[in-house]
Amino acid sequence: MGKTFTEKVLSQKAGKDVCAGEVVTVSPDFILSHDNSAAIIKEFLKLGIANVSNPQKIVIILDHVVPASSEKYALNHKIIREFVEKQKIDHFFDINFGICHQVFSEQGFAMPGKVVLGADSHTTSYGAFGAFAAGIGRSEVASVWATDEIWLRVPETLRIDLNGRLSPGVSAKDIILRIIGDEGADRANYKAVEFAGEGAGHFSLGSRLVLANMAAEMGVKNGYFAPDGKVFEFLSTCARSEFEPVFSDPDASYEHVLEYDLSSLDPQVACPHTVDNVRPVTEVLGTPFHQAVIGTCTNGRFEDLKTAADILRGKKVARSIRVLVIPASRQEYLTALKAGFLADLVESGCVVLNPGCGPCLGAHQGILAPGEVALSTANRNFRGRMGSRDSEIYLASPATVAASAIEGKIADPRMYL
Amino acid sequence: MTKSRVWKYGDNVNTDVIFPGKYTYSILEPEDMARHALEDLDPDFAAGVHPGDVIVAGRNFGCGSSREQAATCLKYAGVKAVIAKSFARIFFRNAINQGLLVIQSQDAPDNIASGEEIAIDFSQGKIITEKGVYAFPPLPPSVVGILEAGGLIPYTKKRLEDVKIEK
Repeated sequence: MGKTFTEKVLSQKAGKDVCAGEVVTVSPDFILSHDNSAAIIKEFLKLGIANVSNPQKIVIILDHVVPASSEKYALNHKIIREFVEKQKIDHFFDINFGICHQVFSEQGFAMPGKVVLGADSHTTSYGAFGAFAAGIGRSEVASVWATDEIWLRVPETLRIDLNGRLSPGVSAKDIILRIIGDEGADRANYKAVEFAGEGAGHFSLGSRLVLANMAAEMGVKNGYFAPDGKVFEFLSTCARSEFEPVFSDPDASYEHVLEYDLSSLDPQVACPHTVDNVRPVTEVLGTPFHQAVIGTCTNGRFEDLKTAADILRGKKVARSIRVLVIPASRQEYLTALKAGFLADLVESGCVVLNPGCGPCLGAHQGILAPGEVALSTANRNFRGRMGSRDSEIYLASPATVAASAIEGKIADPRMYL
Repeated sequence: MTKSRVWKYGDNVNTDVIFPGKYTYSILEPEDMARHALEDLDPDFAAGVHPGDVIVAGRNFGCGSSREQAATCLKYAGVKAVIAKSFARIFFRNAINQGLLVIQSQDAPDNIASGEEIAIDFSQGKIITEKGVYAFPPLPPSVVGILEAGGLIPYTKKRLEDVKIEK
């Protein structure tokens, strides 16, 4: 019997042949953390050792509250900068880089066959490049900094075959929302999800990141796309090391295989207060909202900003709402800036913020008041996430959010192509 | 056997309602975290919870963020154990790493009411309620080791000290 990608990569790392259900101890290639590094440092210091095991494996990217919005956040950042200096951590990216998942990817750390652990649930993103990448908690990161190892249960794999091509106005965000809506928020708990089929190959790397990122909302341990020419070409200029791609065997055993037809898909919207409360946009047309957000680690890349600019160019944001645009990284910001897309968005009435997580987790930059509603390209819409517990969040694609910004209520982007 | 009072909740209790994101980088002390436990799900919880109480919930408890404070705030609020039909994977790890007992049971949650007093027999792997007794499987030895040490940080500290002594 053949093995899945996840079984193979964890077998290689563990130095023995393992299958789903077994527990392995592995040494990761990279360990990511962000503003929460301050709390991780606090735990690390309790361990009674002076130095981290391998500073070259540690990647720290400040993104959650950047620049610091209060003295407490400022102190966290200061503690992190001092630790980075003392421990000689070269892979440190200060507040001028962007959201950790975007920066980690564009800096060439997300490589096929690598094992990445991150103190963030959306660490699953790097499966877009064929890496094994899973989220863990703070204590665990502190422990891995010290010991250079972690125990992992080898997960079963759910394969999702994507067939056909998306229609105009429909994007990767819509398919992942539809899948989560159909399958439920815990469908893939403790499991790996492999996105396959010819449709997966058509997706840009940015679109693959959307799916691998949001796979976390089905509970997955890791997401995966088989790396192809697009990945290798991208990494040819930025890979941090040599890498060996790992692929599932043709006769690998899957927990289940789901089939999705991309060509018949409509734009989708996740309604309050769970990501699996998904309806086609046609069923929620006209829903009023107060704040739109175009950005985050899910949908803040150049292709997303272009989509929004193409819809909003020459038009005005409705007077009743405000629109926040947050590029995912400085690189994406600069590319969109040079292409004129940010000018289009500003002219239409959008507020462009610096790269970072922005208001996604409710810490700063656009907090919701009681009774307010947001329409966001983010990945999570839990009660109270963006501010008041009496606010609501709808999730949609950049195209849907941009079209809705013109009307001031949820609209079908296919009317604005 | 000591009895524990139950706080009962439904499916998909997520990390944002257990410990809101707005506090994640501004509140660093576990005792302060406890004051906001379950704030956006049940505003009465943090003030009403007593040491030794247990939480009983449905599927996918702790889904969402990797924030460990979701486990920490419950532990420091005095919660003795969380019994659920299933746990989100990162929360499950975080709970063990914080020394918070997590018990998976398909049957018990549907048969336990909020405010009910139940007993948990860890050595026998049993939840004893008014309606019946429900067995739960033992945790793997490696996990028990972390729980017994009081969490992953003290567990790792001990291991690092042992390695130092061996050398």
